[in-house]
Amino acid sequence: MTRRPFTPKVVTANALLEGDAVWLTEDDRWTRDIADAELIEDEAVAEDRLLFAISQPDVVVGAYLADAKPTDTGPAPIHFREAFRTRGPSNYAHGKQAGE
Amino acid sequence: MYTYNEFDNAFVRERVAQFRQQVERRIDGSLTEDEFKPLRLMNGLYLQLHAYMLRVAIPYGTLDSAKMRQLAYLAERWDKGYGHFTTRQNIQYNWPKLADVPDMLDALADVGMHAIQTSGNTIRNVTADHFAGAAADEIADPRPVAELLRQWSTDHPEFQFLPRKFKIAITGSPNDRAVTKAHDIGLRMVRNDAGEPGFEVIVGGGLGRTPMVGQIIRDFLPREDLLPYVEAIVSVYNLLGRRDNKYKARIKITVAENGLDTYRDLVEARFAELRPAFSGVDQELLAGIEAEFAPPAFRDASTDGYEAHRAANPAFRAWTDTNLTEHRAPGYAIVSVSLKAHGATPGDASAEQMRVLADLAERFGHDELRISHEQNVILPHVHKSDLPQVYATLRAHGLATANIGLISDIIACPGMDYCALATARSIPIAQEIATHFDALKLEHDIGPLKIKISGCINACGHHHVGHIGILGLDRAGVENYQITLGGDGTETATIGERAGPGFSADQIIPAVERLVMAYLDLRDSADETFLQTYRRLGLTPFKAALYPDQEKRHAA
Ligand code: SF4
Repeated sequence: MTRRPFTPKVVTANALLEGDAVWLTEDDRWTRDIADAELIEDEAVAEDRLLFAISQPDVVVGAYLADAKPTDTGPAPIHFREAFRTRGPSNYAHGKQAGE
Repeated sequence: MYTYNEFDNAFVRERVAQFRQQVERRIDGSLTEDEFKPLRLMNGLYLQLHAYMLRVAIPYGTLDSAKMRQLAYLAERWDKGYGHFTTRQNIQYNWPKLADVPDMLDALADVGMHAIQTSGNTIRNVTADHFAGAAADEIADPRPVAELLRQWSTDHPEFQFLPRKFKIAITGSPNDRAVTKAHDIGLRMVRNDAGEPGFEVIVGGGLGRTPMVGQIIRDFLPREDLLPYVEAIVSVYNLLGRRDNKYKARIKITVAENGLDTYRDLVEARFAELRPAFSGVDQELLAGIEAEFAPPAFRDASTDGYEAHRAANPAFRAWTDTNLTEHRAPGYAIVSVSLKAHGATPGDASAEQMRVLADLAERFGHDELRISHEQNVILPHVHKSDLPQVYATLRAHGLATANIGLISDIIACPGMDYCALATARSIPIAQEIATHFDALKLEHDIGPLKIKISGCINACGHHHVGHIGILGLDRAGVENYQITLGGDGTETATIGERAGPGFSADQIIPAVERLVMAYLDLRDSADETFLQTYRRLGLTPFKAALYPDQEKRHAA
């Protein structure tokens, strides 16, 4: 069985208290800006970082790995769902796009 | 209107107190998410894409002004100043903070509301015809029976862990406005040959992954047999329903796999066992509930002023043409208030709008309001002489859009703007269709047309029963919209046919326009509706309009 090559990931989750999207940084913080997240290029590291996230149930809920790509300003989402999570809904200027 | 008795109140308060402790224990880390999740879902609290979401039950869609004002208060105090009315006649708050939710639930309990059984594998909020108690075509108000079902199902020890969620819809009118054929159990009031009212009982309907039109399991059930019969249906399902596969767990699959006749035999046998245990207490209870649903004291007044105002004011006339329905009391009308202003989010109302609606209900509407599954608000009892004033107030608050039943009166689920299960967005598609056809000034010429949009296969937006249904999917990382045609959610319920390959987000509006233009071309007169034309001609000419390039290729 050939395994698909590993593509870069970020660890993301929802904050326990506010419920909004957060991303794991290199120095073990949770950021509300994906650009500050740790872009993980290695599969074993990704698993490890996910386990670390899951071990913080009093801070975040539902941690998972999401595909991301490097840009000049930091990691950026690939899938549209992940892109929406960085912004907020499209029908009102609520959520992250409003600086909340 | 039904008011909670002391038992109900104590029960709801106790649940809020329990949940407050559970939230505290979740926040201080003594409960894990795995432990907490079922508890929060039992209290209507979901975690979505950008925030928590609180789903509040509005039993059978009925509210009074005090409740509506409290919903407005919640929106302002703990949310972002608005609420979203859903196809399940519930209201959802999209931005609560976890720590605030117990306070929100307490505020709801102050007006006899709650969020219990809006989630989980239980019997959910019973939905009803939104014109209940007012419609001219109604045999009897179905809400006392809906309330009886609510009391019977709330915290029913046998039915807290069904194979899957269970939804009951009820209408007191032969004209089905409650989509009863797309529910686990549908109850439609009919009369037997002797002229007595009873229920046609429909079972195994549902949308979602495997859409099915419900089948009639009993064509006439006397009213006094209703509770034991419904209990028999649920109890057979509880034993027979599949628990091995979530996608095969709904009663529609149980009925399909076992066959309607087998299912009916089992239900009748169980019913025969259960019936004697129902000694009539349920009927006494029902009589008590019925008294609380007594119709208001309708007033006898002239409608001359109304007719004169209609004649003199074209905008008012257009609104009365689309947004009123015949009332059973002389001189009265049922007012549908559109929450579908062109370009607005279907089903959203601001706190201010909710208060305006509460004030109107109190002043002109015998203090009654309804939420429709089509995501509009109903003032069920307005005397026609008051309509000019009601209209002027609605208009001042962006609530006078004259589009009920027209192309911009779109059902749209929250889709990927909010919902964690979504595969694509639905709200922007609804907004664009509405503004597009409004700009073309074609809406009234097109006439009755129901567009329904879901953001995933779960079909909360009822797309299968839209005359035009739109389903948002994720095709290789791009939003893609699939069209179904010819669906119908009324007593002639039909699941729409898939038209063909889906369209990208920027191609879906032109595709809908081609469909509508084809209809305008094909209809035999302005009186033939889209659905009638579709039923007369079938899919072929509409498919040709949707996929013109393929047609050309075939012709070449
Ligand atoms: S249909 Fe899907 S996307 Fe829409 S509200 Fe239901 S689960 Fe969410």
